Amino acid sequence: MDFSVVIEYFPRLLEGAWVSLQLVMISIILGGIFALPIALARISPIGWIRAIPFAYIFFFRGTPLLVQIFLVYYGASQFDAVRESFLWPVLKEPFWCAIIAFTLNTSAYTAEIFRGAIQAIPHGEVEACKVIGMTKTQMYRRVLLPRAFGIVLPAYGNEIILMLKGSALASTITILDLTGMARTIIARTYTPMEIFIAAGVIYLVISIVIIAIFRQIELRQNRYLGTLSIKVPDKG
Amino acid sequence: MKFKKIALGSALLLGAALSSVSAQAADKVRFVTEGAWAPFNFIDSAGKPQGFDVDIARALCAKMAADCEILTQDWDGLIPGLKVRKFDAIIASMSITEDRLKVVDFTNKYYSGGLRFMGRVGETFDLANLSGKTIGAQRATLGAQYLEDNFEGKADLKFYDNQDNVYLDLVSGRLDIVLSDELPTYNWLKTSESGSAFEFKGDAFMKTDNIAIAVRKSDTQLKEKINKALDAILADGTYQKINAKYFPFSIY
Repeated sequence: MDFSVVIEYFPRLLEGAWVSLQLVMISIILGGIFALPIALARISPIGWIRAIPFAYIFFFRGTPLLVQIFLVYYGASQFDAVRESFLWPVLKEPFWCAIIAFTLNTSAYTAEIFRGAIQAIPHGEVEACKVIGMTKTQMYRRVLLPRAFGIVLPAYGNEIILMLKGSALASTITILDLTGMARTIIARTYTPMEIFIAAGVIYLVISIVIIAIFRQIELRQNRYLGTLSIKVPDKG
Repeated sequence: MKFKKIALGSALLLGAALSSVSAQAADKVRFVTEGAWAPFNFIDSAGKPQGFDVDIARALCAKMAADCEILTQDWDGLIPGLKVRKFDAIIASMSITEDRLKVVDFTNKYYSGGLRFMGRVGETFDLANLSGKTIGAQRATLGAQYLEDNFEGKADLKFYDNQDNVYLDLVSGRLDIVLSDELPTYNWLKTSESGSAFEFKGDAFMKTDNIAIAVRKSDTQLKEKINKALDAILADGTYQKINAKYFPFSIY
């Protein structure tokens, strides 16, 4: 084991880590935006509106992320129609192909998490909204969505960490993310142990930061729960 | 009692299995190839490795009178796998390079290669001015290293896990130019469905590129055995027969 290669190539590993972070952040933000309407459609009382997000979520949760990336990157480019379309400047770039695949994937998972959270709100709170005469929009905006946001946090933080690890698959379509960079460095130094350990540590550090941020948001968002704890007066 | 018997029986069996492994280990050689570098090594429709490298490995085994196994492994896992004894010799069209010599040992060459650019027919190609062009190569190859050393910052470089994906992106138009070994490119241009739309760009270079079999540094015995067998198949015409099966000219 010779960790001097890690020191030598550390700046390049950080460059790769920055690409990984960009991939995760952009797809998580886009995925979150798409997830909300998907989740709301998923709990619609109307059958056919429910069916579309159901099929979407079923496909993206039921197939490997690697297959989805290959379908977007190598699959779409097989067709002349795609290559001649206005979308080609975007689909030509591996970075955007990865963003598309990751966004589709994470929005499916996130929609399920949102749906679960909305449905986890005690029915009494929904009834209370109705009793005081809120419209459906008011009910969602004032009560259901803010409540769901608090419930969703732990599961959502989990999804972001899964996405961070999934982003390593971007290296299969020539993107120099943290994993891609590590593999490129190893191609030159033939020190897989040292470089992969270093890359693993960087992934861990990013995960710890994500966990810490979510812990803080959780504490803030759910601080009202603190008032629920009953203080037993001292008997003395 | 019954349990004891079973335990004793299986212990004996295990012992027998272990001793037969160590007895075999002396003349069992595990060759490994990549399987994505036609016509040198590729996977046939039955899922078996085939190609020039594989034929040479078989001929060498016959000469060494060794019991051989031919395995496949992704390109960038070949040298790490050799180091941790997952196999004994890499016959995957690997060039002898200084970097590789630091970690593994090579036999004498079994053919010589060279690098050559390839691009779309009719497109202009100026080695001195490649800015704005996207050039692709397989990661961890001589071509990729050459691009990194000479064109970093001067062109957009892309590295792939295997050569098949390089070809896919050349055909789709994501790549303007590909740098690879001359012989596999020659084969792709001639035999593949899309090959006719592409051509060599510029002359071949690094023609002193010697392609050899990699073994562990500690395995001097195996290295000598392979070298002897190589000399033998070159002398008795076996090599030439295999060569003619794939190329109408000598590649030695």
